[in-house]
Amino acid sequence: MNQFEYTRPTKQKAALEQKAKSPATKFIAGGTNLIDLMKHGVENPQKLVDINRLPLHKIEQTKTGLRIGALVANSTVAEDKQVLEKFPLLSQALVSGASAQLRHMATVGGNIMQRTRCYYFYDTALPCNKREPGSGCGALEGINRIHAIFGFSDKCIAVHPSDMCVALAALDAKVLVTGPNGDRSISFLDFHRLPGDQPEKDTNLGPDELILAVDIPASPFTKNVHYLKVRERASYAFALVSVAAALDIENNTIRNARLAMGGVAHKPWRLLGAEKALIGKQVSEEVFQQAAAVAMQGAKAFEHNEYKLKLAPNSIVQALKNAAGMA
Amino acid sequence: MNTNYIGKGTSRVDGREKVTGQAKYAAEFTAEGMTHAFVVSSRIAKGKIKSIDASAALELEGVLDVFTHKNRPKLAWYDKSYQDEDSPPGSPFRPLYDSEIQFSMQPIALVVAETFELARYGASLVQVEYEEESHTTNLKANREKAYNPKKYKSGEPPKSRGNMEEAFAGAAAKVDQEYFHTSEHHNPMEMHASTVVWEDDGTMTIYDKTQSVKNSQNYIKKIFDLSTKDARVISPFVGGAFGSGLRPQYQLFLAVMAALALERSVKLVLTRQQMFSFGHRPATIQHLQLGASKDGNLLAAKHEAFAETSRFEDYAENVVVWQNTLYKCDNVAFDYKLVGLDVYTPLDMRAPGGVTGMYALESAMDELAVAAGIDPVELRLKNYTEKDQNEDAPFTSKELKECYRQAAEKFGWEKRNPEPRSMRDGHKLVGWGMASAAWEATQQEASAKAQLTADGKLIVSSATADIGTGTYTVMTQLAAETLGLPLEDVTFKLGDSTLPYAPLEGGSWTVSSVGSAVKKVCDAIGERLLKFSRKLPGSPFALAGLEEVKFENGMMKLKSDPSKGFYIKDIMQQRELDVIEEEVTSKPASEQKNYAPYAHAAVFVEVKVDEDFGTITVSRVVSGVAAGRVINTKTSRSQILGGIVWGIGMALEEESFMDNTFGRFMNHNLAEYHVPVNADVHDIEVIFVEEHDEIVNPIGAKGLGEIGIVGVAAAIANAVYHATGKRVRDLPITLDKVM
Repeated sequence: MNQFEYTRPTKQKAALEQKAKSPATKFIAGGTNLIDLMKHGVENPQKLVDINRLPLHKIEQTKTGLRIGALVANSTVAEDKQVLEKFPLLSQALVSGASAQLRHMATVGGNIMQRTRCYYFYDTALPCNKREPGSGCGALEGINRIHAIFGFSDKCIAVHPSDMCVALAALDAKVLVTGPNGDRSISFLDFHRLPGDQPEKDTNLGPDELILAVDIPASPFTKNVHYLKVRERASYAFALVSVAAALDIENNTIRNARLAMGGVAHKPWRLLGAEKALIGKQVSEEVFQQAAAVAMQGAKAFEHNEYKLKLAPNSIVQALKNAAGMA
Repeated sequence: MNTNYIGKGTSRVDGREKVTGQAKYAAEFTAEGMTHAFVVSSRIAKGKIKSIDASAALELEGVLDVFTHKNRPKLAWYDKSYQDEDSPPGSPFRPLYDSEIQFSMQPIALVVAETFELARYGASLVQVEYEEESHTTNLKANREKAYNPKKYKSGEPPKSRGNMEEAFAGAAAKVDQEYFHTSEHHNPMEMHASTVVWEDDGTMTIYDKTQSVKNSQNYIKKIFDLSTKDARVISPFVGGAFGSGLRPQYQLFLAVMAALALERSVKLVLTRQQMFSFGHRPATIQHLQLGASKDGNLLAAKHEAFAETSRFEDYAENVVVWQNTLYKCDNVAFDYKLVGLDVYTPLDMRAPGGVTGMYALESAMDELAVAAGIDPVELRLKNYTEKDQNEDAPFTSKELKECYRQAAEKFGWEKRNPEPRSMRDGHKLVGWGMASAAWEATQQEASAKAQLTADGKLIVSSATADIGTGTYTVMTQLAAETLGLPLEDVTFKLGDSTLPYAPLEGGSWTVSSVGSAVKKVCDAIGERLLKFSRKLPGSPFALAGLEEVKFENGMMKLKSDPSKGFYIKDIMQQRELDVIEEEVTSKPASEQKNYAPYAHAAVFVEVKVDEDFGTITVSRVVSGVAAGRVINTKTSRSQILGGIVWGIGMALEEESFMDNTFGRFMNHNLAEYHVPVNADVHDIEVIFVEEHDEIVNPIGAKGLGEIGIVGVAAAIANAVYHATGKRVRDLPITLDKVM
């Protein structure tokens, strides 16, 4: 078989050292994506460092908010009391993803690191710049129904598949990572990359770094939130478009707003311009439509995903209406 | 008729084995020294293999061999040797035969190793250089190249009658539209697999995923020049097939070839991706013209179809024959053409042709109802036919009117406002649609064997299959009923090529064909018992004929005086019989030729559409089914439910994406090839309409494997129109087409 080594360190230091030795080493936690990719020959690690024994399984309150360990299962986060109370948007996003079985296995860190569902990425017989840099992009002129409308390049038009990450992007989360030079905190918006000329790089995580936790700062978005996911069947399907919407409303005025989209770009797509268009306005469908129009500026479709140019703004408006309790 | 088992909701006799994991499927059998094989699939859709280098794989310790067209064993030469019971006319695909590539993902090498992982890894090391040629995989773009095949295995367009053009020109209400659906793949849960056990005496026991062990056996016998004794094929359980097992698939060929060459046991399981490398429901373009008088009488009908096939076989199916079966019309024209593409030959998939043809016909009928301003059910009743116009023959039975009536009543159809966009549920648009359905109910020749032993236990057997349909259960019920034995004393055996002949497990004909043989062989046992009992002391049967006795509660009794009789066990013991054995062949009665045998259904559907997103929920389905006698209410309902769920998939989700640049299906996994999940399936009601049929076959049952799916896609499409005012003539109706 495709020989690979397997280790299961109990210490963070050992895990990092083992990873640093070779770029062909991968961390594995839940394995819901990596094992699949290995079976398809998309990923061929020479060594797997199983990090499940590292002490990264806690959800804890910090001075600034909530810290969720990288190894906490998606289902645990979704059902956590503090998450439900303080960050219901995150819980909604999590339960809309995958299936119950997968959510039990998948971890927070793994979810952040999951790779695109682009058909060409998965089919090793065909060109894909992300899988095999320089081989070309099959999706550009191929079946691109599920592909990006924002931030793509002529090298790659794939989208990030996560639901959880869309909510985390909206909530201004930070990713706490560690490496040979110690810990550092990466803003969620800077964590994932746009494809540019290097679509093989999904994230800005260093090859010798490990995700420790996600920090979500305390926020007023505890009530008027909604995660809306549009897909082709009612469950167990990746988002064609998803929207994480969070509003802070007082006396019908939007004091603050957060908005991010999934299924439209190579990374969770935060809509800062649309947020600005919402802040200070009165809650109304018209205002939401204006925000959606701002959000859609610069969107461009390919042969099979033109519907997203309509679906995305419709989804933004509906998510905001639901968040505002207008639905 | 008073029955003990027939018409009851008997639970599956194999249910416990299945849910406890004891039922073994083809890939689960093993033997000492088992080797594992993995297929290397072609990257290109058309061209030649310039070179193939397996040296890196062969260097791995534990890799036993790599088979390619260069080093394969000698194979049969004639096309005929590669044909099977379900082959369409043409030249069947021959794996590893030469360097020619005929379709993407064509098997081009087989790596055999001591472990599965090693074989898979070895396969990844095989280097192939191709000489690419340009391919054609786009049906729509190549429609002008359509041709009428020289020979149709099925699907031959019926003869035109009257003057369709003239009648259409003069019609008051008209429909002239095209309908389309993409290719779809069967995707049974169980991947195709063959486990070949190499026995000490040099024979092979082959566990194969198939809908006919005899078909698999004959296929490899011809290709590898084997005797019946050399290769026994066994297939006790099949994890879904839906038609994919009607033809022997290439894993059987390759596993047997490797086993013969290596004289070792070989197991070969296809990957989910490779499940997209062979037969599929063909993408089909259909053109419908319907013309009616002002009051809805059908004056003209034209149905023509353009379907994909491979370059090497002319696969055709019954797409354009349904107008003649469902609606009376004197001016009709039909055509069915094929377009040869660089793909594998399409393959029968649940109600082949029927779901395709009736999707278009029943959509067009809905459009005609709108054009004529008539209720869709009323339009169908107006044009109801008591004769199948294909053969100009009366039906063996036809309770379709009752299907419409009962299902419409249950659904609440009379409350429907015909105006599109007139019904809402909050933010969502609500639509009600309906469609008719028909499916063939033929009987084929089949044989069965029965052995009654001294302890009163009965074993009945036939080389049929149970692909999840309930064959084990229904045959057990029929045998127990005929000989009046408790269910637990009857065992039905199937899926073994040493058993008597059964036709392919398909075409909704297993109950009618194998069931008739089972009944006949049990009657033969009964007759023997009667003979043996006549000479017993005090026998009440001395002068009785078979029609004067009945079997009940383990006893043979006199119909005229049920208090008189013998226990079957006692007859056996008193006559000192260890076993009574009979084998029979049952053939359709010649009388059947004068009639048209069809099952019918009427499907009513409610959808809820969110126009902002184009998402559709099928909130309610009522299906009224008339299919003769229902042998088992539980498994029958399951069959119809399964058909309806698949109909939801066909209407809204299923689509194999063909990338025409690469000539390859792209969404080759179950995460991206969507079939309905539980959350997509809501309220479904199945009504079995009473239907007596003495002609269709000795059982009076019409088969339920396919009728359940037939009208569903059209009914959903019609409901979507009613909800939104938008007519989508392109399946699946994904959200982009509705938004």
